Amino acid sequence: MNSQLLSLAIWVPILGAVLVFAVGSERRTLVRWLALAVAIAGFLVTIPLYTRFDATQSGMQFVEQLPWITRFNVWYLLGVDGISMPFILLNSLITVFVVLAGWEVIEEKQAQYMGAFLAMSGLMNGIFSALDGVLFYVFFEASLIPMYIIIGVWGGPNRVYAAIKFFLYTLLGSLLMLVALIWLFLESGGSFSILDWHQLPIGIKPQILIFIAFLVSFAVKVPMWPVHTWLPDAHVEAPTGGSVVLAAIALKLGAYGFVRFSLPIVPDASHTLAPMMIALSLIAVVYIGFVALVQADMKKLIAYSSISHMGFVTLGFFIFNQIGVEGALVQMISHGFISAAMFLCVGVMYDRMHSRMIADYGGVVHTMPKFAALFVFFAMANSGLPATSGFVGEFMVILGAIKTNFWLGFAAATTLILGAAYTLWMIKRVVYGPAGNPHVAELQDIDGREFLVLGLLALCVLLMGVYPFPFTEVMHASVDNLLKHVALSKL
Amino acid sequence: MLQNFVMPDLYPAAPEIFLLLMSFLVLFVDLVFGATHRWMAALLSVVALLGCAAITLVTTDGQTTLTFGNMFVDDLLSDFLKLITYFAVIMMLIYGRQYLAERGLDKGEFYLLVLYATLGMMVMISAANFLTMYLGLELMSLSLYGLVAIDRDNPRGTEAAMKYFVLGALASGLLLYGMSMIYGATGSLELAGVAQALYQGNTEKAVLVFGLVFLVAGVAFKLGLVPFHMWIPDVYHGAPTVVTMFIGSAPKLAAFAMALRLLVYGLFGLAVDWQKMLLIMAVLSIGLGNLAAIAQTNIKRMLAYSAISHMGYMVLGLMSGLVGGQLDPFTAINAYSSALYYTVAYVLMSLGAFGMVLLLSRAGYEAENLEDFKGLNKRSPWFAAMMLIIMFSMAGIPFFIGFFAKFAVLLAAVKAGYTAVAVIAVMFSLIGAFYYLRVVKLMYFDAPVDSAPITAGLDLRVLLSLNGLAVAAFGLFPDAVMLVCTTALMRSL
Repeated sequence: MNSQLLSLAIWVPILGAVLVFAVGSERRTLVRWLALAVAIAGFLVTIPLYTRFDATQSGMQFVEQLPWITRFNVWYLLGVDGISMPFILLNSLITVFVVLAGWEVIEEKQAQYMGAFLAMSGLMNGIFSALDGVLFYVFFEASLIPMYIIIGVWGGPNRVYAAIKFFLYTLLGSLLMLVALIWLFLESGGSFSILDWHQLPIGIKPQILIFIAFLVSFAVKVPMWPVHTWLPDAHVEAPTGGSVVLAAIALKLGAYGFVRFSLPIVPDASHTLAPMMIALSLIAVVYIGFVALVQADMKKLIAYSSISHMGFVTLGFFIFNQIGVEGALVQMISHGFISAAMFLCVGVMYDRMHSRMIADYGGVVHTMPKFAALFVFFAMANSGLPATSGFVGEFMVILGAIKTNFWLGFAAATTLILGAAYTLWMIKRVVYGPAGNPHVAELQDIDGREFLVLGLLALCVLLMGVYPFPFTEVMHASVDNLLKHVALSKL
Repeated sequence: MLQNFVMPDLYPAAPEIFLLLMSFLVLFVDLVFGATHRWMAALLSVVALLGCAAITLVTTDGQTTLTFGNMFVDDLLSDFLKLITYFAVIMMLIYGRQYLAERGLDKGEFYLLVLYATLGMMVMISAANFLTMYLGLELMSLSLYGLVAIDRDNPRGTEAAMKYFVLGALASGLLLYGMSMIYGATGSLELAGVAQALYQGNTEKAVLVFGLVFLVAGVAFKLGLVPFHMWIPDVYHGAPTVVTMFIGSAPKLAAFAMALRLLVYGLFGLAVDWQKMLLIMAVLSIGLGNLAAIAQTNIKRMLAYSAISHMGYMVLGLMSGLVGGQLDPFTAINAYSSALYYTVAYVLMSLGAFGMVLLLSRAGYEAENLEDFKGLNKRSPWFAAMMLIIMFSMAGIPFFIGFFAKFAVLLAAVKAGYTAVAVIAVMFSLIGAFYYLRVVKLMYFDAPVDSAPITAGLDLRVLLSLNGLAVAAFGLFPDAVMLVCTTALMRSL
C-alpha cells in the first residue's frame, strides 16, 4: 500500500517555507501567522503516523516508493519503523514551538527566519524517513544550509565563525559517508536501498573501514568527544530557535544514523569497536559533565550538558541489549523535549536582559515566579529526577550497562550526580538568592505565549516520565528486530 | 584531377554551414547599419544560433554519419554538445547585452568573433580527424584571443589577451607535435584509423607514448588542468566579464569533446597510459584549484580557480573508463557520461555565477570583488537566494545539480578502483566549500557596502532567475539530463 503520509510530513513544511519566503518580510503579521499555520499543519499530518502505526510489526511502514534517478537505481523510498517514527513527530512538534519562540523577538527578515526553520523541519523529516542511501544523504546535507543561514544571520556576535565551523565540521563527516555509500552501492551490485544493505555480507576489513566512515559522519553530528567542539560555539551563537532545533533534533540525527546504518550494516565491526565507542561515550558523560560544571555562560552549560546526555545515548546503543537501546531511544526523545525547553528558558531571559552569563542574574524568582517554576522543573528533568522523562531514559541505560558490566553502569551512573550538580548549581545562582542587580528587579514575568510553549513542553516531559509506555511500545518490536539482526555475523 | 572530386555530403554539417552564412550576414548588416542600429548584429547572432539549434534538432537521427572524407562526424553526442553550446552562447549574449552597451563594446566585431568561436567549437565537437580538430581549435582560440582584448583601452585586458595568445600558441604547438608523432607511429590522421592501428598492435609504443604526452598536455591546457592552468586566472580576471563568462562556459564543452574524441575515440588503446596522466592532473587540479581559490579577493579570479578544480573533478570521470586495464562497456559509458554530465552541469553553474557578477555591475562600475556581494540579501533577497543556490551547487551540496555531478564522477572513480583518489577529492571539496560558503556569508551575514540599486535590465533578471532555478530544478530531478548524457554517449561510442 502506498501511503502519502511521509511525503506530506516532508513537503508540507518545505512548500510552506517557500510560501513564507514569497510573502516577504514586510508583512510581519501575515508571515507569523502563516508560519504558525504551516508548522501546525506540518505537525497535524504526522499524527496519523502514530495513530495508524502497527506496533506489533518490526518492518517498515507507510512505505512510499517512486523512481528518482534511474541511472543509478536511486529511489524516492520512504518508510518508518518504531525507531524513526517518534522522531518525526518530535521534530514537527518542536517546529511549532520554534515558530512561537521567534514570534516577537526576531525583528530582522522574519520571513526568512520562519521559512528557514520550516524548510529545516521538512528536511529533517526526510532524514528520518529516507530508506535510500542517496536520499538520506541528500536530506542530511541539505539540512546544513538552513542551519548555516540561521546561525549566521540571527546569531550572536561571533556568529560567522560559529556558522562556518558548524558547516565545515558536519560536511567533513558527511563527505566520508558519501564515499562509503558509493562503496556499498557497488558492493551490493547496484542498490542504494538501506534495507538491502542490511542483508549484504561484508568482510571484516571493509566493515571496519565503513564503520569508521560512518563514525566520523555521525560522531560529528551527535556530537561525541573529541569532535564535539563545534557544538558549544554553534549553540552559543545561534538564536534561541536555532539552539532548540540543534539540540532537540539535529543532534539526534547522528545517533539515529548509528541505529539505521552502522549497527545493522556493519554489525561485526560494531561489536569489534564497541569498547572504543563505550569509552568515547563515557568520556563524554563524565569529562564533559565536569566541563559543564565550570561554564559561566548558560547556553554553553546546556550545550555541554547535551553532549553529556548524548554520550548516554551512544553508550546505550553499543551495549547491545534491549533495555539499553530502548533507553537510549527514550533518552533521545526526552532530551529533545528537555533541551528544547532549557534553551527556550534561557531565550526567555536573554530576550529581556540580553545576557546569557550566569553572573548577570540571581533572584529571578522574585520577579518572574511563573517562569522560575517552569525553569526549575526543566532543570530537575535535565538532572534526571524520577517522574520526569529525563529519568526514564537514563535509568534504562544504566540498567542495561549494569547488565553488561557493573563498573560500566557505575561510571554511567555518575551522570546523575554530575548532571544534578551542574544544572542545580546554575539554577541556584540564576533563580534563587537575592536579586543580582537592578535589571533583574525590573524583569517582566512570561506572557501567555511563552507560558503556552513552556507549559506544553512541561506537560510532555511529565507525561513521558510518569507513563513512558506509549513511547516504548512503538519502538519495542523494531528494537527487538534490530538487536536480533545485529547479533548475526555478516562474515 | 577534377573528375575525381566527389561532392561531400553537406547534410551532416548543415548547422556549421548555416552559422557560417549567417556570420556573413551579420558582417554585412553591421557594415551597413552598425553605426546606427547596433542591436541588429546582436539580434541576428541570436537568431543565427537559434537557427542552428533548429537545424541540429531537425537533423538529429541518432545515427553516426561521417562526411568530408571521414574528417567530420555527426553523431548524437555532437548534436547534444552543440545544442548545449548554442544555448550557452545565447545565454551569454543575453546576459551581456546591457554590460556591452554600457561599455561601448557592442560592436559588430564582438558578435562576429563570438559566432566564429562558436563555429570553431562546433567543428571541434564534430572532429573525426586530427586536422579537423586542430582547425576547429584554432578557429575557436584565435577568436577568443581577440575577444579577450576587445576592450582595447583596458591594459589588463590586453595583457590577458597577450598571455592567453602566447600560452595558447604554445599549447597548440604541443598538440600538433603530439599529433605528428602519433601520425608517424600509426600512419593515420583519422581518429578511427589511429584506433584501428593501435588495436592491431604493430606500432612503435615509445613513439606513441611520446606523442601521447604532448597530446594530453595540449588537451590539459584547453581544459585548464594543473600544471597547464597558468593562463586561467589571468585571462578570467583580465577579460571583460562577458568574455570571461563566454570562456568559462561553452569552450569547456568543446574541450571536453576534444578530450573525448582524441583520447577515447582515437587513443583508447593507450588508455592505461593516459588514465595515469589524467589521474595526476585531476588530483593536482582539485587540490590547487580549491586551495588557491581561498586566497582570492576578486570573484572572477576565485571562479577561475574554482573552474580549475571543477575540471579536475570532471577528469575524474574521464579517467575512470577502464578498470584495471580491462574494458567493460557499461563501466566505460558510465564513466564518460559522468564526465559529460559534470561538464554540462558546470557550464550551467558557471553561466549563473558570472551572470551574478554582471547583475551587480553597472555603467562605470565593475562588481568583481567579493566585497561587492556584501549584504546582497538586504539589497535583493531574490538574487541573493539565486547566488546561494549557485554557490552551494558549486560546493556540491544537495539538492542542486552540482551535487549530482560530483556524485556521478565519484561513483565512476570508486567503481574504477580509485577509492583513495575519491577520498582525496571529497576532502578537497571540503576545503572548496569554505570559499563558496564565504560568498554566502558575505551576502547574508554582512552589511552592504555598496547600496546602489541594481540597475540590470529585465532580460538579465529573468534569465538569471531561470538559470538559478534550473540549477535547483535539475538537482531535484537529475534523472532526465543524466539519461540524455548516457544515451548520447551510448549511441556514439
